[in-house]
Amino acid sequence: MKETIIPIGPYHPLQEEPEFFTLTVEGERVVDIDVRVGYNHRGIEKLSEMKTFDQSTFVIERICGICSTSHPFAYTRALEDIISMGVPRRARYIRTIIAEGERIHSHLLWLGLAGHFLGYKTVYMWAWKLREEILDVMEMLSGNRNNYAMFKPGGVRRDIKAADLPVALGKLDSIIPTLEMLRKAVLEDPVLHARTQGIGVLSKQDAIDFSALGPTARASGVARDVRKDCPYGAYDEVEWDMIVTANGDVFDKLVVRIGEVFESVRIMKACLLNLPRGEIDAGIADIPPGEGIGHIEAPRGETFHYVRSDGTNRPVRHKVRAPTFMNLPTFKTTVKGATLSDATIILAAIDPCYCCTERMAVRDPEGRTLGDGYDLIRLSQEKTARIKRKMGNK
Amino acid sequence: MTREEILARIRTRFGEDIIDFFDKSPKRVYIEIRPEAIVRVGTYIFSDLGARFNTASGVDSRTSIEILYHFTLEDINLLISIRVKLDRSQPEIDSLSPCLEAANWVEREMHELLGIDFRGHPDLRRLLLPDQWPEGVYPLRQDYQEWDEEAVRDRGV
Repeated sequence: MKETIIPIGPYHPLQEEPEFFTLTVEGERVVDIDVRVGYNHRGIEKLSEMKTFDQSTFVIERICGICSTSHPFAYTRALEDIISMGVPRRARYIRTIIAEGERIHSHLLWLGLAGHFLGYKTVYMWAWKLREEILDVMEMLSGNRNNYAMFKPGGVRRDIKAADLPVALGKLDSIIPTLEMLRKAVLEDPVLHARTQGIGVLSKQDAIDFSALGPTARASGVARDVRKDCPYGAYDEVEWDMIVTANGDVFDKLVVRIGEVFESVRIMKACLLNLPRGEIDAGIADIPPGEGIGHIEAPRGETFHYVRSDGTNRPVRHKVRAPTFMNLPTFKTTVKGATLSDATIILAAIDPCYCCTERMAVRDPEGRTLGDGYDLIRLSQEKTARIKRKMGNK
Repeated sequence: MTREEILARIRTRFGEDIIDFFDKSPKRVYIEIRPEAIVRVGTYIFSDLGARFNTASGVDSRTSIEILYHFTLEDINLLISIRVKLDRSQPEIDSLSPCLEAANWVEREMHELLGIDFRGHPDLRRLLLPDQWPEGVYPLRQDYQEWDEEAVRDRGV
């Protein structure tokens, strides 16, 4: 059969990380995929070499708009690794609270978009409505809905006021019933099972070979989480469970992320309830010569920072590796063999900065446009509607 | 295996390849090896010891090009960084990608940003830099000079 090339991407106003996918299809079936990134490569590693250690904390917070706190978290830990020093206990708890709040809103954002791609507008609306509650909590605690600027080498920049604690705890308690409803609606829906089970399977061996990270790896049965394996913050002082499933398909990635939202609420509540008294800043004056590594579990997997200092006030080298960089190559195995209407949700399932999937254009070999990204989402949504009709569930 | 057993195994197995062994802290070990041994050492740590490949950091230290391959042994909470130093005038090293799929993109990135040649890499096409970026200009080298006059003009510096 004649092969057709489908270019996807690279730009969309929603995404913070444009990607360019080239899908080769035979009829409906995807036979090959090639990914190109870097359309938004802003040279932040190079820029960081020109900033002081303190300034870099703010620059790298702008790497990602959704998991904005994970980069300063990893970076400050890399600096603390150079000095081999710890952080005051209260600061560690505050860091954990901010990081978990971010995980909740990031996962809810993904859940909403997954619902949108599958034609479940209700899931989309519910998830994003819930996300607003969390963003309100974050705004109250840090002063910002995103880009919290809470981190500094040696501690945190801003304390949590005692008066805010009951309000934050109340908000967290209030979202639990809606979350439960959402979990039930998503996980017990037969149509959703039909659309996501057995789709885009990443086998356990592939997850290990690609060194996949975060929910992408945990959905494939690889029990890997920096919070458990290399504890930092307050993760070894509060009770929580790692969510691991076995099948590695899109459905399991859904299960893992929804489960993690509950765990994050649990961690956040435990930290707010047991917030220790004391200093919030160890007061780092200078960074001595040396090299340090900081890695933390961001919503999408491990964020890794390597910093080398020569004793001046600027890093000589600052290497940043975001989790999607390791997760994207897994498309080589998950998308091949899938149909075009499933490709949308498979590409979205690792939670890349998804929106490229809305920019697809299907062309025949002569270059005529047969359909664009909106058609692709429509294809995906129509498939859901078809399954719904078949099941007599309108 | 405990931390000590694993480090002892690496030492005895690759004794001749190890140039420097720096046990920095309970969670961090830096091992400098001869560049020729990278595939042997890398696959041993990844496959035999069951480590996770985090990433590799390429560094231009002005005297040489360094690569640090970072591996995490999750069971014992240990991060091993394998360091190699390459000749700065012509940095090249054997590619890990044929036996370590996770290194594929990481090496592609270092290839274009630092100009390191990975022998035997299956696909060294450009990944991050734009198409109009000139050949042989590596932005993460210390002696990098801005080449795009329009960019210099637009920044107003």
